[in-house]
Amino acid sequence: MGLFILRRLGVMILTALCLTFIVFWLTNLYPNLEKLAKTQGNFRMSDEQVQTYLGNRGYTQSLPVKYGQWLGVLPGYVIEGTDGETRARCEANGAPTEDTATFCGILQGEWGQSTVFKDDVSEIVSTRLGLTGKLMFWVMMVMVPGALIIGVLAGMREGSRTDRSLSTVSIVSTATPEYVSGVILIAVFATPLFGMQYFKGTATSAMDDATFNNFFLPVITIALYGMGYIARMTRASMTEVMTAQYIRTARLKGVSFPNIVIKHALRNALIAPFTVIMLQFPWLLNGVVIVETLFNYKGFGWTLVQAASNNDIELLLGVSVVSVFVVLVTQLISDIGYVFLNPRIRIS
Amino acid sequence: MKDTTYDGPILEIDKLSISFFTRLREIPAVMDFSASIMPGEALGIVGESGCGKSTVALGVMQDLGVNGRIVGGSIKFKGQDLNTMTTEELRDIRGSQIAMIYQEPMASLNPAMRIGKQLMEVPMIHEGVSEKEAYERALEVVTDVKLPDPKRMLNSFPHQLSGGQQQRIVIAMALMSKPSLLILDEPTTALDVTVEAAVVELVKDLGKKYGTSMLFISHNLGLVLETCDRICVMYSGEAVERGSIEDVFDEMQHPYTQALFRSIPLPGADKNARPLVAIPGNFPLPHERPQGCNFGPRCDYFEDGLCNEAKPIPMYPVTGNERHETRCLKFQEIDWNAPIDVGPQTEKPEPGRVVLKMDNLKKYYEVAASALFGGGNKKVVKANETLSFEAREAETLAIVGESGCGKSTFAKVLMGLETATDGQILLDNQNIEGTPIEARDTKTVSDVQMVFQNPFDTLNPSMTVGRQIIRALEIFKIGKTDEDRRQRMLELLDLVKLPRAFADRMPRQLSGGQKQRVGIARAFAGDARIVVADEPVSALDVSVQAAVTDLLMEIQREQKTTLLFISHDLSIVRYLSDRVMVMYLGHVVELGTTEQVFAPPYHPYTEALLSAVPIADTSVKKKHIVLDGDIPSAMNPPSGCPFQTRCRWKDKAGKEKCETEVPPVRVLAEGHQVKCHLPDAELANMEPVIEIPATAAE
Repeated sequence: MGLFILRRLGVMILTALCLTFIVFWLTNLYPNLEKLAKTQGNFRMSDEQVQTYLGNRGYTQSLPVKYGQWLGVLPGYVIEGTDGETRARCEANGAPTEDTATFCGILQGEWGQSTVFKDDVSEIVSTRLGLTGKLMFWVMMVMVPGALIIGVLAGMREGSRTDRSLSTVSIVSTATPEYVSGVILIAVFATPLFGMQYFKGTATSAMDDATFNNFFLPVITIALYGMGYIARMTRASMTEVMTAQYIRTARLKGVSFPNIVIKHALRNALIAPFTVIMLQFPWLLNGVVIVETLFNYKGFGWTLVQAASNNDIELLLGVSVVSVFVVLVTQLISDIGYVFLNPRIRIS
Repeated sequence: MKDTTYDGPILEIDKLSISFFTRLREIPAVMDFSASIMPGEALGIVGESGCGKSTVALGVMQDLGVNGRIVGGSIKFKGQDLNTMTTEELRDIRGSQIAMIYQEPMASLNPAMRIGKQLMEVPMIHEGVSEKEAYERALEVVTDVKLPDPKRMLNSFPHQLSGGQQQRIVIAMALMSKPSLLILDEPTTALDVTVEAAVVELVKDLGKKYGTSMLFISHNLGLVLETCDRICVMYSGEAVERGSIEDVFDEMQHPYTQALFRSIPLPGADKNARPLVAIPGNFPLPHERPQGCNFGPRCDYFEDGLCNEAKPIPMYPVTGNERHETRCLKFQEIDWNAPIDVGPQTEKPEPGRVVLKMDNLKKYYEVAASALFGGGNKKVVKANETLSFEAREAETLAIVGESGCGKSTFAKVLMGLETATDGQILLDNQNIEGTPIEARDTKTVSDVQMVFQNPFDTLNPSMTVGRQIIRALEIFKIGKTDEDRRQRMLELLDLVKLPRAFADRMPRQLSGGQKQRVGIARAFAGDARIVVADEPVSALDVSVQAAVTDLLMEIQREQKTTLLFISHDLSIVRYLSDRVMVMYLGHVVELGTTEQVFAPPYHPYTEALLSAVPIADTSVKKKHIVLDGDIPSAMNPPSGCPFQTRCRWKDKAGKEKCETEVPPVRVLAEGHQVKCHLPDAELANMEPVIEIPATAAE
């Protein structure tokens, strides 16, 4: 087991390196850098001026070197610029001093400066991630139990009326993307249009103080989308388990129907949806981008949108690193959990 | 809870009819079925697949699913009608008074629940005992079913046990609350013969110990003979004959029962002198049943105007026998003692030159110790160990052994699906052991062909039958034009006795036997000279088995094919093979002509194997040898002789020697070899396992 986790970790790190390198390369394409130079310096720079500006700040080094420095495995640059100033990466492009660190990258915790928010990237990412974590937590609290209950109820008697109506509901909810359901929910529950103005259409106040009133709509918008999907999976797996021979064995042993469902079917039925639930995490990040923008909840997704639209390279990179990390960790948890649920894999 | 004062029949089924309802129509699955089981009695229900025998069992359990319904008759358990019981009452009875044992033990145990918990559940539900008491009970029952290390067993998951052990657990589960009636639905079909023998023995003993009545459902007449007191033969949803075992086996009064017995290879049947008599025609589908007698269209004694009159045929009591009844209008007119109308007798073809020679063939696999977590240590599985034999033209060589003995691996190496680790395979003096099938030339590929076990999976479901055979012809580069190939395909259909119209049918429109014929036609498409038949009839019904076997024999005679017949069924092996090779854990333990292998001296494994095969003949006396334990895993074979862990002769051969040395190949007579340490004197003193009285052997 230990060896297995170790190997998975190795693969994870490799994947993380590849993915971040791709993001790094894309954000450091020349047109991006040119835009950066012009927004940071001045908009009327000539092409030569852009070149020197970028050269002085280490942007014209080769891509692997830049990536190494950003990662923190290569020493940060110290460049004596054409304008006579010496700039060091590890002093945020200030003059190097005695105790300037040699390495300053992601590994050293130096995530760089955001050009939009004028703040440390690590600072921004951690606070925003905390906010999104709060959102995600409530989404999971609503989505997972809801989906499992719907799936199990629908799947335990295949073809019954409960099954058909619940299945229809879950198909509809999965087929409605967040930007549609979000808008509809706001229109119905947050405007005086239908006389059902129970909730707030914006979640900005929820950042400090989340209440049922201001947080329900964003949570339910994301949850609805994933709920239908997981419910369908659970239902499929449940119907299959309910036709299995060992369920017949249990029935003919005299086990009552609720006990068959809870004791015999449930654990077997949850093996397949568990992986799906874990796969939902990356999807949730997706939904978070839309919902946070829609409800003006300044979390992780909202930051990503801001960073992307403002060409904030360091912030964008920081956000991607965290996303990659979240995705990979959930996959690891999913694998370990799968082994735990399925004794056949555990022993062999 | 248990009604001890009741002394009538435990189960009384009266004129039971069960139907399944589909959107199109009502499909009657069981019609007018009556039976009764007295306390301590065992009733066997025998019939081919689709005859409704399992439906009866589920009917007794009142568990017919959404579509099934009891449309008539009554099922009384200890005098109470099960049909009118509420779900609550039924649940009380299920598991506590009526328990069931199923066909596939692996599928009927919950994979995510420890065995102990599954067992303890039964008394906890029905008797409300404490967890501790339930555990004690489970421990006791698991000891009763002779499982080693009961505590560890209770703490394991089902997949950690072998098939035989799983089935013992299922039996233990059924016995947890000491039921009055035990329903066994093909309990040993998924098991190997030696394991089957041990399980059957166990069920019989426990039945006696607990005084349980049994309803034993099987397609195997021999098994029913060994386990039951009474038998009921079913055909197409009806009971056609019922009575005591002796009455039905020795004085059968229904043409179907007779035909069934004539189509199974009993000792005395011989492919040349006394071929099996296959039942003509096919089993009628439930919605295509004929008028009058269901068996009419396939019956030798059919009389137009009487047997097909549109009125139900009742069960007639047979005078002179107690509780012996038959559903035949003509049973009094038929001369039941008339000799069998023996089919065309044929000459035994002389085996020709050697076409295939194996010399010290070895096949080892390397497997990772654990698939998911990787891990560095690799294990070597010795699937085939020093295999040497010759096969001649027009000869049938049977390869016999239980699952895991390496017989399928050997077939794979011969076909070129795997390459050998060591040794040689000579086909016409050419080495082919190292050539994978992709690298073989068309001639070699078409020369060595295979007939597969399961005809249901081996045909492409989206291609017509004709197209599939033509495809084989194209691959073998036979025929110049499409027209040529089509002609040849039609000839092949003639060869396997299928109507030419079948060329345009889809596989799903064919029955199992017909599919297997298509499989045979495909194998012979390139005039194969060596055909490996891997359990070609074991997935088929008894009445169809005979027809397919005879077809294989006939083609072999005509084409002088070498047939390598892989099987675990010794009855059919005795019937059709010229020579027999017995394998155990990758080793050839005995090789000789059929007469030599089936008569003493035996290899101890062959002896056990022979004794384990149930024979459906009351006059045959068998010696009873039950092997302990399971077949060891090929990953971790025992030291010395592979069979030493289960051998009952070990003491006589010198225990030490068996445990340390792999026995050498010894030639006992010409063409007869065994791999055993037993001294000559002991071998010579072996008694025959099966005694066939002189009258039956004729």
